[in-house]
Amino acid sequence: MEQLKQISIFSENKPGKLKKITKVLAEEGVNILAINIASSNGFGVIRFIVDKFDLAYQKLKQKGFTVSLNEVLAIELVDRPGGLYEVSAILSKKRINIENAYVLILESRKKAFLIVDVNDIENAKKLLKHEKLRFFAAKKHVKRKNA
Amino acid sequence: MFWQKDIEIISRRALEELQLKRLKQTVRQAWTNVPFYRDYFSKLSIKPKDITSLNAMQKLPLTTREDLRLNYPFGMLAVTQEQVVRLHTSSGTTGKPKAIFFSKKDVDRAADLIARCLIMTGVKKDDVLQNMMTYGLFTGALVMHYGAEKVGVLVIPAGPGNTKRQIALMQDFKTTTLHLTPSYALYLASVMHNEGLDPKKDFFLRRAYLGSEPYSEETRNKIEKFFGIDVYNSYGLSEMNGPGVAFECMEKDGMHLWEDNFIMEIIDPESGEKLPEGEKGELVLTTLCREAMPILRYRTRDIVMIIPGKCKCGRTHRRISRIIGRSDDMIIIRGVNIFPQQIERVLMGIKAVAQNYQIVLESYDQMTVRVEISKDLFDGKVEHLVNLRNEITEKLRSEILIRAKVELLEPGTLPVSEGKSTRVIDKRTL
Repeated sequence: MEQLKQISIFSENKPGKLKKITKVLAEEGVNILAINIASSNGFGVIRFIVDKFDLAYQKLKQKGFTVSLNEVLAIELVDRPGGLYEVSAILSKKRINIENAYVLILESRKKAFLIVDVNDIENAKKLLKHEKLRFFAAKKHVKRKNA
Repeated sequence: MFWQKDIEIISRRALEELQLKRLKQTVRQAWTNVPFYRDYFSKLSIKPKDITSLNAMQKLPLTTREDLRLNYPFGMLAVTQEQVVRLHTSSGTTGKPKAIFFSKKDVDRAADLIARCLIMTGVKKDDVLQNMMTYGLFTGALVMHYGAEKVGVLVIPAGPGNTKRQIALMQDFKTTTLHLTPSYALYLASVMHNEGLDPKKDFFLRRAYLGSEPYSEETRNKIEKFFGIDVYNSYGLSEMNGPGVAFECMEKDGMHLWEDNFIMEIIDPESGEKLPEGEKGELVLTTLCREAMPILRYRTRDIVMIIPGKCKCGRTHRRISRIIGRSDDMIIIRGVNIFPQQIERVLMGIKAVAQNYQIVLESYDQMTVRVEISKDLFDGKVEHLVNLRNEITEKLRSEILIRAKVELLEPGTLPVSEGKSTRVIDKRTL
């Protein structure tokens, strides 16, 4: 499976924070595929799945953001009732705990992926290796000039 | 009404004579029995016999809280350990507290001063005093307790907190008099209000003594109006026995400072020069009757002024204003003394915390500590941030004894601080 990394940015809960972050991404021509915001009274962590994560990470860091980069799983969801159930049943069977999850939808391809943030990514990948799951592949799903 | 009428209305001349006599004794006692003072005197080439007048005391060195800290635990003791019966402590800037000792006589004298305060504000033997200050190492509750027992009132040693039980005690035992911090009085009022209780109808309250933290005249008015009682200002500090150093009479126009037990001076906190009556400055106190632990010219760091003129109540002991401010960076929240260095020490001991922080005083019982997190240790996990915030909250609580609200911030959010003063934002209004 191709490596997919999520960008996490620490932020105070304040108007204008998301604007500042997304401005950096826009200026660098980084395309946002999915976003997730988790907050806990007073602060939040904003997460992005983007097409050029290494570039986005470097630029955000340069601009002084408190940012981290970590690998996540992106499991394809079949677009019919029970789609998410099938995936979560497998994760459950393998006893993979979900730290955080959200959905990435590629409108153009009518495809959706469950972004799963787990504690031990290497182990999770190993455990899921032989399961009947399809993973997100930037090469296949997103057109991009450079990564 | 008076507790010790002769001394409370003593003429100024007789009072000053008494002060000088006691000052000479105190100086000799300190010089003879406390090596710290003997060294200090010899450095300045002063002998006890040089103190021939009250003015001459300005030759004496000032004592600071740092001196008390350096002499912790027994260094300031002027008697043998067999002669002391009680220890209190007061928080310090660098972890070590200040030790305050009382002999049996000291306990009794402190109780007499409280008794004067209670009688001065109309307390009688059939009154019931509910003492809501903290019992323990703080002087606040115990010193009041002994004084009230001495007068013969019924004392309920309730301590702070557990507000529903406080209310039940107040109703069941017909409490007439409260001793508490202003912030707790406000909280108590809000609880009563929410419970649909009317303090004027459902209780037997007549007066409250408010101390341990600064508060405004507006707050006094608010509390008086809500409870339908008289509120009297109380001033004290552990180094000088605790409560009962200065107290308001029924005129409520400044606090009579018991000048037969303490000599007060107002100094310029910068130059140390004595200031004339009526000017704002730092209160400096010298104990006159303390047996176990005489303290000369102690810098209280409290900014006050002496209220000129005679009081209608007839007492000749001069009055001080309420505390106008502090000449150091000590913060008082919920009656607890906190130094910013204590907070800094806790924060700097936590790896995921960056260099910059800010302390915001929201009100007299709420403090927020704003902390920048370390960029390098951020791993994107909300759970870790929540844990970090809990860790900071808990570690602060065990150091400063109160719960502060902790805010996590991005590095670079706070202004870069050059002095510690800019780290403390005081939003409270007096």
